Amino acid sequence: MMQRVSRILMTVASLLLLLAFVFPLWRISLDAPQYPEGLGLRIWINTITGEKPHDLENINGLNHYIGMQKIVPDSIPELVYMPYIVAVMIFFGLLVVAFGKRKLLYSWVVVMILISLAGLADFYKWGYDYGHNLDTEHAAIKIPGMAYQPPVIGSKQILNFKAFSFPDVGGLAIVLSIGLGFAAIVIERREDKNQNG
Amino acid sequence: MKLFSKPWGAGTAVLVLLFLGLYLMGGCQSGQNSGVIGSGDAASKVYVAPGDYDEFYAFMSGGFSGNVTVHGLPSGRLLKTIPVFSQFPENGWGYSEETKAMLMTSDDFQPWDDAHHPELSQTDGVPDGRWLFINANNTPRVARIDLKTFETAEIIEIPNSGGNHASPFVTMNTEYVVASTRFSVPIPQRDVSIDSYKENFKGTITFIKVDPETGHMEVAFQILVPGYDYDLSHSGRGPSHGWSFFTCYNTEEAHTLLEINASQNDKDFIAAVNWKKAEEFIKQGKYKTMKTVYYNNRMDESTQTASSKKYTSVPVLYPKDVPGLIYYLPTPKSPHGVDVDPSGQYIIGGGKLATVIPVHSFDKMLKAIENEEFEKVIDGIPVLKYDAVIAGEVENPGLGPLHTEFDGKGYAYTSAFISSEVVKWKIGTWEVVDRIPTYYSIGHLMIPGGDSRKPWGKYLVALNKLTKDRYLPTGPELAHSAQLIDISGDKMRLLLDFPTMGEPHYAQGIAAELVKPNSVKYFKLEENNHPYAIKSEEEARVERKGREVHIYMSTIRTHFMPDNIEGIKVGDKVYWHITNLEQDWDIPHGFALKGMRTAELLIMPGQTRTIYWEPREVGVFPFYCTDFCSALHQEMQGYIRVSPRNSKIKISYNKR
Ligand SMILES: [Cu+2]
Repeated sequence: MMQRVSRILMTVASLLLLLAFVFPLWRISLDAPQYPEGLGLRIWINTITGEKPHDLENINGLNHYIGMQKIVPDSIPELVYMPYIVAVMIFFGLLVVAFGKRKLLYSWVVVMILISLAGLADFYKWGYDYGHNLDTEHAAIKIPGMAYQPPVIGSKQILNFKAFSFPDVGGLAIVLSIGLGFAAIVIERREDKNQNG
Repeated sequence: MKLFSKPWGAGTAVLVLLFLGLYLMGGCQSGQNSGVIGSGDAASKVYVAPGDYDEFYAFMSGGFSGNVTVHGLPSGRLLKTIPVFSQFPENGWGYSEETKAMLMTSDDFQPWDDAHHPELSQTDGVPDGRWLFINANNTPRVARIDLKTFETAEIIEIPNSGGNHASPFVTMNTEYVVASTRFSVPIPQRDVSIDSYKENFKGTITFIKVDPETGHMEVAFQILVPGYDYDLSHSGRGPSHGWSFFTCYNTEEAHTLLEINASQNDKDFIAAVNWKKAEEFIKQGKYKTMKTVYYNNRMDESTQTASSKKYTSVPVLYPKDVPGLIYYLPTPKSPHGVDVDPSGQYIIGGGKLATVIPVHSFDKMLKAIENEEFEKVIDGIPVLKYDAVIAGEVENPGLGPLHTEFDGKGYAYTSAFISSEVVKWKIGTWEVVDRIPTYYSIGHLMIPGGDSRKPWGKYLVALNKLTKDRYLPTGPELAHSAQLIDISGDKMRLLLDFPTMGEPHYAQGIAAELVKPNSVKYFKLEENNHPYAIKSEEEARVERKGREVHIYMSTIRTHFMPDNIEGIKVGDKVYWHITNLEQDWDIPHGFALKGMRTAELLIMPGQTRTIYWEPREVGVFPFYCTDFCSALHQEMQGYIRVSPRNSKIKISYNKR
């Protein structure tokens, strides 16, 4: 059976995931000389919005010059599944606490890591598709060999824009949640050592 | 005519002094005179680093341009021209179907005017940054500019008036803005001989009610007064809240060669109007309804379209019927400005030809009224005794004192036109403590908040009437010259010269923080309820209704939709309804068409503007965007084909 401390940690880890429903997971900011007021996107668990009203439309408007597809949140299926996946993981996490089985704890952490990696890979795939799959026939600005893929994490100069991509509060909550899961595992293993030693 | 009478002599002496003054100034200057001591230090005081903001907004009247210009202080940089009373072809103001109605008056469409006095709305006697009012002198009107958009939102015409000069000064909480006749006229207008001036010509003082929520204006009442020239005004505050003061000259009631004939009397008047009493009299029905015609033109925020409303009568109070409404305070020699100090206790008259600045006491005025210390009564208006109301006289105030503003630290600053200087004096002791020359011949002066309860007593702007050699010459017509003076210390210091557009008469200043946060970046497309607006390119279309053609066009970076239109015929009545679909800051689009005989358009993001066009010639005409909007702005163009009247070509256009 799991220790009291690690059960508390798992409770917190599960409930932390609730923040993913309240705050954006990821933020992409675009800096350009003609946008002193900033321009950016927020990726939520179930949608994509502008940093300010109309930012999404304005980014889509600017992207038409390079032939990039429009970002239409309603047409992205991942934004439909994601809330269910996270909800299931919260429930799963609370089950880990209720049953106190270590195996459950390990599998929760592994599944969380797998989901996160899959999410990042998916994010990369979308970014690659937006950045490379251009409608060059109708694009006004064509630069051979130029790709406009935003970074998954970090910053990159794309024409006149410097793109910054970093986790937002929701994303950080997921990272922290996994971290707490890990901590629970570490505590459990230490406990083992203590008992064995 | 008595050519060599005394006033002529006095007038000539003043003129000689004026010219001598100018000559001496020019003489000792040897070219330009910076007038600045320690100019490096002065430069740092007005330096606003690139990307930094000015501390104050200054609103300058455009005078004969009919506009308002917005400057930043202390830099003096010109930030914007706001079209008000005059057509403005660069953005279509007064030409577009949406804005034409703003310039409607009982004299038909009036596309120009002479705008004198900007006045900020006040709450509790302090500028609140909501609205800016400004008067039109020629066709008597008052405009209200919305400081969220810096656009003219309303223009109301003043009936029974000529030369709306003592306007649009606000009461302490902007309950009213006032108006009055600089030029008395027959009221109601009729065909009489000019000689019958004394008998037939009258003045009016008008109170315009301002809705505290919407700012909507309506003429509340007028007061019929003797046919003098009502010149300037300011309202009471604190203890004198409820009263408004108006200077008048030409109490001689001259109707020709006023420069002599209206300068005969030793004293003219400041009229003190108890508007709270007036409200009671109106409630009690003690007014007469006079038939007249005037217009109120208002911009609807939701449709972004102006409409005009015609009014046909106005309530008029006659001083004879309602004692206690109005009193005259004798004031030396053709007073021009009348200013009330921040405490509301002192009423200062600027006697153009006077040798002192008279300061009336509000408390003494109330006592004199109570004790009926009247010199005489004119048409039911008691004239109070000068000695009974005067609080003090500022001696040696310079020649030709005109206007006074305040720094909130116990000092008053009066402009002297003839001696071309600002004179600083102490309220209470009436002593002159400092003076500084201006270049040249100052009219109004402005301290941000300087006509309110809480002046920001840091800078003073001298609004000069003559420019002469202050800037590189630009032919006979020169920009007007404003001077920024530091009033933060004991001594006034000249900091900066900057040119102003049109002829700024008065100006207003306000801390930028009270205006800047409310400034609109663009109009929300979803709130655009213009009947001809389109919300997407898919809705763009061209419709023919007989000879009328309506083009529903959109603009977004970087194209018009549609941009190829055929099937228009010579003599069609074509309405270009253009909606700017952008929802981004600072992305207006323009519209210009070869053969358009009116104006171009600037369409703000989210806005719809309509321009009317009657093609006269057969041909294919280009149109394009006039406001550089993106890297492909030069590509933002299109064609419209005009066919002969009898052509069978149907309307066609490209679609999204
Ligand atoms: Cu454009």
